[in-house]
Amino acid sequence: MDTEAIREYLPRFAEAFLLTVRIGWMGIGLSLVIGIAGAFILHYRVPVLKGLTKGYIELFRNTPLLVQLFFIYFGLPKLGVMISPEVCGFVGLGLLGGSYMAESFRSGLEAVPGIQSESALSLGMNRRQIFFYVVLPQAFAVSSPSVVANVIFLLKETSVFSAISLMDLMFTAKDLIGLYYRTTECLTLLVVFYVIMLLPVSIVGRVLEKKVRSGYSHG
Amino acid sequence: MDKRELLSAEHVYKYFDGTPILQDINLKIKSGEVVVIIGPSGCGKSTLLRCLNGLEKIAEGKIELDGDMVDPASKEICRLRERIGMVFQSYELFPHKTILDNITLAPIKVQKRKRTEAEEEALKLLERIGLSAHKDKRPSQLSGGQKQRVAIARALIMHPELLLLDEITAALDPEMVREVLEVVLDLAKEGRTMLIVTHEMAFARAVADRIIFMDEGRIIEEGTPERIFEAPETERLQRFLDNMSF
Amino acid sequence: MGDVITGLGFDVLWKGSNWLRLLGGLLTALEISLFSVLISLAAGSLLGVLMSLNKKAIDIFSKLYLEIIRIMPQMVLLFIVYFGAARAWGLNFSPETASVIVFSLWGTAEMSDLVRGSLQSIPKAQYESSAALGMSTAKTYIYVIIPQMIRRTLPGTINLITRMIKTTSLVMMIGIVEVLKVGQQIIEANRKSSPNAAFGVFATIFLLYFLACWPISCLSRYLEKKAV
Repeated sequence: MDTEAIREYLPRFAEAFLLTVRIGWMGIGLSLVIGIAGAFILHYRVPVLKGLTKGYIELFRNTPLLVQLFFIYFGLPKLGVMISPEVCGFVGLGLLGGSYMAESFRSGLEAVPGIQSESALSLGMNRRQIFFYVVLPQAFAVSSPSVVANVIFLLKETSVFSAISLMDLMFTAKDLIGLYYRTTECLTLLVVFYVIMLLPVSIVGRVLEKKVRSGYSHG
Repeated sequence: MDKRELLSAEHVYKYFDGTPILQDINLKIKSGEVVVIIGPSGCGKSTLLRCLNGLEKIAEGKIELDGDMVDPASKEICRLRERIGMVFQSYELFPHKTILDNITLAPIKVQKRKRTEAEEEALKLLERIGLSAHKDKRPSQLSGGQKQRVAIARALIMHPELLLLDEITAALDPEMVREVLEVVLDLAKEGRTMLIVTHEMAFARAVADRIIFMDEGRIIEEGTPERIFEAPETERLQRFLDNMSF
Repeated sequence: MGDVITGLGFDVLWKGSNWLRLLGGLLTALEISLFSVLISLAAGSLLGVLMSLNKKAIDIFSKLYLEIIRIMPQMVLLFIVYFGAARAWGLNFSPETASVIVFSLWGTAEMSDLVRGSLQSIPKAQYESSAALGMSTAKTYIYVIIPQMIRRTLPGTINLITRMIKTTSLVMMIGIVEVLKVGQQIIEANRKSSPNAAFGVFATIFLLYFLACWPISCLSRYLEKKAV
């Protein structure tokens, strides 16, 4: 291993890391918004929107991100929808993630027993109060481990961004390997940066899961 | 004591998928009265309780609380439910809130009372039921009996005119039944209006001013505890009492 | 209607053998998935059983293995095996072999966790009551434990197949000519005559993947509902 080369490549990897993390977390933010909206629509059976949401979820859960990105980035411009690689990565990841997040939040909502709402009703709460003070906090807690699992999954999926010529970590590694044949050094840096990106989330996920599993019984 | 009529149900009918659950229920409860409903499982007694605070819609008939219609479809139903407290068999505390927050949530959010004032009253209630030390715990850290006492306090803080207790000891371990029933007996002594569904016959006898026996969705008999337990008029009540072990 | 098809670039699909080429590309991806799934099933089940034995050495190894595999994007693993192994040990894998290795490593990790989870969720009393009936350990496993285990892992296993199929789309990034690559070639070849081919071709591939994965997802969901 050539430490000199590693020092030389480090700034480029750091830059790529920041870009990957930025677009990754923006996409995750979008996926949370889509997910909560989708779960609400499914759980409360909003007419018309429910069918559309179901179709969207099935479509995006059953296709690879790479194919989705190719369609958005290369296909949609033919209909006049032009977007930059960054926006494409953000939107693509958000749409993919939204379909997973919606399922997580929906099962969280379903895990809250109906009688919890009834006990809130018997205290005189209205529908809105019950949703925000009783149902939603419990649903969040129940779905948090699977939400974190989705976050990890989505951060890993960012590794295909290079296919739409985003200068992310993969792109940088491939580029530098092609230029200088320092395969070992580049792959090491690649692994290190992905560990930095994912290990903290993975640890948070494990703590959350333990917390939810222990002592979150109803009653 | 003021003995005005607080709750009245007239000719109430209720069906599930065409099967009659409640048939021609007529019930009046006076202010300060403790009424206990007994009867075999599935006789409709829990459903009746749920109808009385508008958790279930009735098919026919009329339910009134102090002259105000109880109707789940009306805009006023939340205001009415505030005035009727209910305690469930499965406690249904909110697992994401501490004991104190469980009790103060509704007074703060629904009745818009000040947090300090609500907490002050909650602490008094906790002291009364002997759980002050547990105020910052989560429901999952409490025993069933403790949870049920908290659920009673949560209902009391709303200052309900009527308290509905739906088999509140049925899910408890035997050694915890007593601590919960003692709280209820205490409430009866101070003149609370209560409608209680229970399988604890000795408790029913001790707490009730009047007992109602239901079977197959109808009120079969009603009377004073002595009358019901010592001189049942119908064969059905006789059989029911024979099957209950004292 | 014809204008729309041409305008959106769907027409190129009917030129020459383009449809067949696309399907052939999909088949390449599916083949890699199939091999990887089969290896993952066998190796994952074995590892899962070993993990449920609570032997310290196995636990440490499997925890490490699972953690590494789960935290690394498959894309990164693919690069390590395809480019890194050649460099480090002079192992020159074909892209196909490298893909099967990586996806099997990943699938094995996922499968082993499924098997371990289901084995641990079978109550101890099941083993004890089988013993009480006079069954040997082998008989207990064959007649009591394994049938329950299969029922519990089946939905997750079938779900793993769809995840595997989706993951194999990555292999184009190390130069395997699968459906996306074929699509690119078709678009490139018809750049002049059908400038909008990118829409038609990528929409078609989108749909092809959906048609490959969706029925399997439905099956998995159906089994999950039945199991509860």
